Amino acid sequence: MSELPLRAQLASVLGRGAAGLSRATRRGDGSVIGGRVALKVEPELLTKLSRGRRLALVSATNGKTTTTRLIAQSLREFGNVATNEHGANMPTGHITALANAKGAVNGVLEVDEKYLPQVIEATQPSFVVLMNLSRDQMDRASEINLLAKKWRTALGKTDTHVIANADDPLVAWAGLGAPNATWVSAGQRWQEDSLCCPECGGHLERDQDPYWKCPECGLARPETSWSVENDSDTLTTPEGRNIKLRLNLPGDANRSNAVIAAATAAGYGLHPERAVERLREITSVAGRYTSVVTMGVEVRLLLAKNPAGWLESFAVLDPPRVPVILAVNAQIPDGKDTSWLWDIDYRVLRDRSVFVTGERRTDLALRLEVDEVPFQVADRIDEILGRLKAESPDITKVDVIANYTAFQQIRTAYGRVQ
Amino acid sequence: MTDTSSALRIVWIYPDLLSTYGDRGNVLVLRRRAALRGIPTEIVHVNSGDPVPEHGDIYLLGGGEDRPQILAAERLRAQGGLARAVRNGACVFAVCAGYQIIGETYADNESNPLPGVGILDVRSDRGRTRAVGELVADVAPELGGGRITGFENHQGRTTIGPSARPLSTLVRGIGNDERTEGAYQGQVLGTYLHGPALPRNPQLADQLLGRRVGQLAPLPPSWGERLHDERLTAALRQ
Repeated sequence: MSELPLRAQLASVLGRGAAGLSRATRRGDGSVIGGRVALKVEPELLTKLSRGRRLALVSATNGKTTTTRLIAQSLREFGNVATNEHGANMPTGHITALANAKGAVNGVLEVDEKYLPQVIEATQPSFVVLMNLSRDQMDRASEINLLAKKWRTALGKTDTHVIANADDPLVAWAGLGAPNATWVSAGQRWQEDSLCCPECGGHLERDQDPYWKCPECGLARPETSWSVENDSDTLTTPEGRNIKLRLNLPGDANRSNAVIAAATAAGYGLHPERAVERLREITSVAGRYTSVVTMGVEVRLLLAKNPAGWLESFAVLDPPRVPVILAVNAQIPDGKDTSWLWDIDYRVLRDRSVFVTGERRTDLALRLEVDEVPFQVADRIDEILGRLKAESPDITKVDVIANYTAFQQIRTAYGRVQ
Repeated sequence: MTDTSSALRIVWIYPDLLSTYGDRGNVLVLRRRAALRGIPTEIVHVNSGDPVPEHGDIYLLGGGEDRPQILAAERLRAQGGLARAVRNGACVFAVCAGYQIIGETYADNESNPLPGVGILDVRSDRGRTRAVGELVADVAPELGGGRITGFENHQGRTTIGPSARPLSTLVRGIGNDERTEGAYQGQVLGTYLHGPALPRNPQLADQLLGRRVGQLAPLPPSWGERLHDERLTAALRQ
């Protein structure tokens, strides 16, 4: 990697300069601008920076930032790791990540779903890690059936090794396009986007979770070698060893991310027991799952951007006495269409105190009214905390579920917590 | 079937193929607005592959991606239950991909015309650009009038034939052809407004219910009316 041609070296240096400038002027973390400058100088830069490395590309609708972080943490066992932990998951971000870690043989890159085919082609990764596909920001994102097809085609043109969630039919079908695969039973709570067969459109049989099969064309869930069991908090390795997870990230979704991460780390030669120890070191990812203490109340922040994410978040809410705040915006990064709020079943919230806020709180209010969930409307989080404290002065905890920009606004208000 | 002593049957067609944009919202709001007036409902989910019952009151079809749309159209045509229900006088409310496939023809993603279910005299083709954003339109006076809003996200452009009429006249957005939005023919209504079209436009939900149960008692304004007014103001300000 120190053998980069002169032009590529120049591109890297200029990119890093721009990134530094971006950070120094507090305009951003530099991940995007650095890559953009470098790409202008050397369009082949991503390919050149990838040479000689063992890269894993991580893509999914949900959990890609967390899983990238988990894999990177495991691989640090072997030394420096090139990774885009700031979540800049398009080629400019990948260039910045690789240019900043020139000596790192191992790399883990989070990749936006749409960019995955071109990044596979440019980087020729050792591993492609795929977790789930579900509806997300459909006013600007691709249709997921089409996306799965493009993944499948791109994987068919490489000699890469896929590590994929066999329980998600769309992901499995895409992964079956690759020449080699490790199949993981990582679970699938949200099934509304894979009721029909990705191959022929038949209505999938799902008599026994997590198995699925198409009665029309015979496509079926691949046999898995890794699995996770949520009730016992246990991961099972291909050799049949059971390892307690005891993660410091909450919920089944993170158990799922963890088993995928451990399977990927094993591909690099890391022992599963050791991998799990390293996974436990992660307590929050870019502010997700962080708690901030304000007005004497511990406020836990859960980022969830789409129906599958909200469903997972409902499952990690603290016991019923803890109030929950739902916050929704519809800016460009969130998707300007709030229709997805109607795909979620809110009735599990009926027995707790619920507040709605965010720029689209009226959409949430109507949604909860229709599901007969009692709620209150508020403009700001501190206003809600004030009301809660007035009602019950001994309140200690509140959960917040917010979509992207609503989450960032709350994070900023409470001092950009990590 | 204007007898309200038996339950109002709301039939949701192919939620496994056509339920991409919050289409459940239309089902839930019809049920709720009926319940608030003491009208019992029965919700029937018909998965693709299952026969469409012929004696429902209101049939709902939602949005879907290109491939599920084609599968849904093929299955509905082959099975024939929806067309028979319409002949029995049932009311249909179809959204986006569902709107296109109940027409005479619709287009696949390479603009090839494909045959629709043929219960609404419209023909849909692919436009050069995708229509994405908030839409505002004035409903035809024959359907009770009033202003509706919603979110559209489609590539289709729809031409209305002599047997159908536009559902509404466009104020903002693209709709059928940048002039009108949606279509109706007898008891069959179609629109490009996404799944929560009925939650966001309570008067349209009542229009559908009224077609089956007759005169409806008015309901006190609630969050549906608030959201309708809020989105209308926001869309017109843009």
